[in-house]
Amino acid sequence: MSFAGMSPGEWQAIWLTAKLAGLTTLILLLLSAPLAWWLARSRSRWVNGVTALVSLPLVLPPTVIGFYLLIVLGPQGAVGGALEQLGLQHLAFSFWGILIGSVIYSLPFAVQPLREAFGAIDPRLLDAAATLRASALDRFFSVVLPLSRSGILTAVVITFAHTVGEFGVIAMLGGGIAGETRVVSIAIYDYTQSLEYGAAHRLSAVLLGFSFLTLLLFYAINQRMMSPLKPR
Amino acid sequence: MIEGHLALRKGNFALQSGAFSFAAEGVSVLFGRSGSGKSTFMRAIAGLDADTRGQLRFKGETWQDQAWRLPPTRRNIGFVFQDAALFPHLNVRANLDYACQRAPAAPSDALPKMAERVGISHLLGQAVTTLSGGERQRVAMARALLSQPRLLCMDEPLSALDWQAKAELLALIDALAQETGLPVLYITHAPREVERLANRVIFMADGRIERVETLRDALARPDSPLFEQEGPVSVLQGCLQSTDAHGLVSFGNAALQLRLSLAASANPSATRLRVLARDVSLATLAPQGLSILNQLPVTLSAIHPGAAGRVTVACQLADGQTLLAEITRYSCDMLALRPGLRAFALIKSVALMD
Repeated sequence: MSFAGMSPGEWQAIWLTAKLAGLTTLILLLLSAPLAWWLARSRSRWVNGVTALVSLPLVLPPTVIGFYLLIVLGPQGAVGGALEQLGLQHLAFSFWGILIGSVIYSLPFAVQPLREAFGAIDPRLLDAAATLRASALDRFFSVVLPLSRSGILTAVVITFAHTVGEFGVIAMLGGGIAGETRVVSIAIYDYTQSLEYGAAHRLSAVLLGFSFLTLLLFYAINQRMMSPLKPR
Repeated sequence: MIEGHLALRKGNFALQSGAFSFAAEGVSVLFGRSGSGKSTFMRAIAGLDADTRGQLRFKGETWQDQAWRLPPTRRNIGFVFQDAALFPHLNVRANLDYACQRAPAAPSDALPKMAERVGISHLLGQAVTTLSGGERQRVAMARALLSQPRLLCMDEPLSALDWQAKAELLALIDALAQETGLPVLYITHAPREVERLANRVIFMADGRIERVETLRDALARPDSPLFEQEGPVSVLQGCLQSTDAHGLVSFGNAALQLRLSLAASANPSATRLRVLARDVSLATLAPQGLSILNQLPVTLSAIHPGAAGRVTVACQLADGQTLLAEITRYSCDMLALRPGLRAFALIKSVALMD
């Protein structure tokens, strides 16, 4: 099978998917780090409730998440309606809409590895750093992050790959607008519906190859990181 | 001074130190059983737990006032943890550098000098995961000292080490405390470490500070918690002097002389001699025809009842130091011992503490 024969529409879908997954991963890292830290360290009675909330996307059908987001972000919804009032566009059937959907849908895949990595850090190391005059931010960057390398890598790879493989939420919330919401998984569905099996084949092969290579690379790197801790 | 009162609840355990006040100089040892609150108290002093309440002043500076707490990052405390708490992602040099980078401007050769002083120069390039227990504690001490602290806290730094590493590190800690002049707060439940290092002892039990005493006073009390394991012990201060024609070394001062037969490896700068009370006998008349080397004239100062038909007799030596003798109640009655009586203390064996 030749990839050279891919149409501009197929390339557009691939580029859109990469953009969506990349932005989702970046946003989720920034969002999940403090959340995972709180979940790993806090003794608050809210921890269980928040954990359940964060884990919801694991068990909910994507169509349910997509449906609620469509309601909230659409022109009549709390968020979409408010945006319309401000003279802006509502978020249903838009790239920003499916970005919000992806962030929510992949949240547990970013939070869980980070939470485990943070929880495994010996609190005395942080105490030691504090007595050596390291501020909280300094401790996070000089102790927590380097000791969580493996967990961070896991969060990045799983979040990215999970977003690439997303279908239901985007189908509900974004439809299939070319260049805006028609990511690879949606495009494959559309091509199949219209019996364009050649295009569906090509894109499916791309996803299959990407997913396998990503996981292969991930396990290879992870193995090297986990084998006897190599300090600098 | 280090003074105040501190409270901290951790799970089922509650620290309620009560009012305390002790000098911020020399080595202050926190002594007590496991679970008596030593570590919690030390963490409260260092400000490591946000839930700490109470008052704390260090050399006139307020470190804790009710819920307000000066953060540990601004207390200038060197903290040596029981398991050393070295950063596993950094090698030995980078662990030391971590302290240097965050300390007020230090001379550029501070790191190599400190490494040399604590004997870890050859380990600088190694991963901390490859170090022995003793080496880890040396690195932890160097790291704490390189942060230029005003107070050095050590939480059972020797508990995981074998006896040889223990002896070496005890000598190093003692020397460093004297060289740097830093006040040291030191946790242990080993009486020998107390006797070796302490200037004063802070006794803790059930989350409370029971009393703060000089080592001398703590050892003069026959019911001291220090004596629970081996019975009463006396620690005599002095220094090693000349060796005589018989190969015996004198220890003591102008008013007190003991003669010791020492191993060649003994530390020539040792200043403390350890005598178990059960190795000391008493005679009311100058004894003759005995193989015991050290027969010292003493004045009895007190007689304390002990367990199992025994008594502990406190004796004042010629230079004013106290020597404890543990004898049977029967002997005590037969010899009609009473405070004020002059007698002779016969010391069967001593141990030099180095």
